[in-house]
Amino acid sequence: MDTITFIFHQMLNFSIPLLIVALGGMFSSRCGITNIGLDGIMIIGALASFMFIRYAESYITGQTLLLLAVLVSIVSGMIFSLLHAFASINLKANQIISGQALNMIAPAFSVFVARLFIGDSIISFKNTFMIEEIPFLSQIPILGDLLFKNIYLTTYLGLLVLWISHFILYKTKFGLRLRACGEYPQAPDSVGIDVQKIRYIGVLISGGLSGLGGLVFVLPNSTNFNGTVSGYGFLALAVMILGQWQPSKIFFASLFFGTLKTMSAIYSGIPFFNTLGIPGNYYKLMPYLITVIVLILGPKSLAGPKAEGLPFEKGMS
Amino acid sequence: MKKLISKILNNDAFSNTLASIISIVLGLIVGLVVMVIFNRAGAWPGFLVMLQGGFSDGARGIGQVLYYTTPLILVGLAVGFSFQTGLFNIGVIGQFTIAAYVAIIIGGKLTMPASIHWIVALIGASLAGVIWAAVPGILKAYFRVSEIISCIMMNYIALYLVNQLVHDTHYESTTAMSAYVKKTALMPKLGLDKIFPGSTVNSGLFIAIIVAILVYILLYKTSFGYSLRCCGLNRDASKYAGINETRNIIIVMLISGFIAGLAGGILYLSAITKNYKISELFITEPGYGIPVALLGMSHPIGIIFSSLFIAYIIVGGSLMQGYGFPVETVGIITAVLIYFSAFSLVFKNKVNKFALHFSYKESQKTDSLKNE
Repeated sequence: MDTITFIFHQMLNFSIPLLIVALGGMFSSRCGITNIGLDGIMIIGALASFMFIRYAESYITGQTLLLLAVLVSIVSGMIFSLLHAFASINLKANQIISGQALNMIAPAFSVFVARLFIGDSIISFKNTFMIEEIPFLSQIPILGDLLFKNIYLTTYLGLLVLWISHFILYKTKFGLRLRACGEYPQAPDSVGIDVQKIRYIGVLISGGLSGLGGLVFVLPNSTNFNGTVSGYGFLALAVMILGQWQPSKIFFASLFFGTLKTMSAIYSGIPFFNTLGIPGNYYKLMPYLITVIVLILGPKSLAGPKAEGLPFEKGMS
Repeated sequence: MKKLISKILNNDAFSNTLASIISIVLGLIVGLVVMVIFNRAGAWPGFLVMLQGGFSDGARGIGQVLYYTTPLILVGLAVGFSFQTGLFNIGVIGQFTIAAYVAIIIGGKLTMPASIHWIVALIGASLAGVIWAAVPGILKAYFRVSEIISCIMMNYIALYLVNQLVHDTHYESTTAMSAYVKKTALMPKLGLDKIFPGSTVNSGLFIAIIVAILVYILLYKTSFGYSLRCCGLNRDASKYAGINETRNIIIVMLISGFIAGLAGGILYLSAITKNYKISELFITEPGYGIPVALLGMSHPIGIIFSSLFIAYIIVGGSLMQGYGFPVETVGIITAVLIYFSAFSLVFKNKVNKFALHFSYKESQKTDSLKNE
């Protein structure tokens, strides 16, 4: 039982950041802007929030500090993603290049900042954020152990983001407009909707969520941040594609990839997988390989929003 | 005189170069601003050291600049060639990684005479790059899968696969790196080590320049190259004109992968001290492919110069550490360069607009003179 609980918690720790960042990428794609800079934005979000935690942890502690750090990560991710929004929406630059530029700026900037302020490329912090037990709820058999013990606040936050994303995308006027901008921007434009503004908001949401994802990724898995999120932003892109740009499917895709990531991390500790003798690197490359295979065999719906990646000029057909 | 100016302004090569120079200047300014923010006293001297680049280290420094230039030319060509034909081979990193492994294995495991060993290793490396690039090419041509997504996936597959293969087959546990390649497999120096003593520059430089010239001839002097560039300019129009798009996509990816593989082979056969480090991070050199290609406006000759520039500031940047700036400063500057080069088209349009305006005014002047 303990092993299963442990594996389950590991899986959540790997899946939730994937979920959050993939949802972020979804908002950007569905408004028509390709954002491959998710990885870079995650790094900036993690950098800002762990710098904040490091300086604030002597004044505030516990969940309040974490919630403030969450805010910092979202805001920093949004600010950083403005670079991408400006390039791709205002200047109609190549969105792949601009996104890749974010991916290249972020790790260099992160190590640069850490070296100058801390004197080391690694930002370490005291990880005091785990909730050991939630009263009453933890008494529920099985579920109590799995969901309400030794858990991070950010896990619940991820599930909240999932629900809100679904709600915004499908139940609000804004969500409908956002989707229209990604499929056929001339249509919302013809009825007086500001396509550029909607796209700006879409990219900002993706930036905020990716920044948050950076914090959520580093927090449960480590006690320091060294300027990398191990390519999680790219893995999130794969999750987004497998999830066909829909929140509920993205949720399952992220659970699946999270499970594979967990396997690569803990396979040696589990007798069954250990006897199989498959090295960890093969578990690590599995999600990417599966994505390639699914892209080959998968349905046509994997093509993505129709107007994605195309700049929009007002009044042009 | 005025006519000459308007002719120069309307020249495509000129507006391309000007747009690149604007990107470079903006990138350097932002880099300087970042440096001033973090360390006011050391910023200016540190910046100057970076600008002096390889020259501050004599013949060895210049040799090192050329050594760094070699793989940059090739990865820049791999990216730029795909750009010109309307594709985006962002998978150069993966192709490079796989090729590096094949070069290391052939160079380290097989025994051959010195005259052919390195050639066999290079051919093996290039073929590995070709195979790795074929997957996104086929996916794009036959399944309409975005080459960007499949390239990203192939990059990570290459990274973890090579990490494991190096560990299993050719590993030096004391350094956590790949074991040495044999002396016979190293790139010949062709006297370059005499001209630039102490540096690791080798004959790969000549190979890179020859490949650049070949790509130039292919793109600009053959009808096949013309059809490839047509696909890049307007896919639908070239399809209408009867150009076989499916075939072109695959051929472009194969050539691009070949060049990327060559780059990986040359870099890891360049010196006995150059070994593959097992890491969760990608090799840095192929990452410069995109900035090099963009700054060179994807033109083979432009790419030679932009590689020289990037290599120059990489060497200069490593000397900046003496002024309290981490090596990453150069990373920031090159990344900012890429960001601005994403706008290079905007800059180019501005230059063209200005040129149009200028020649219009000129023609009006001459017209009015005639009327008088």
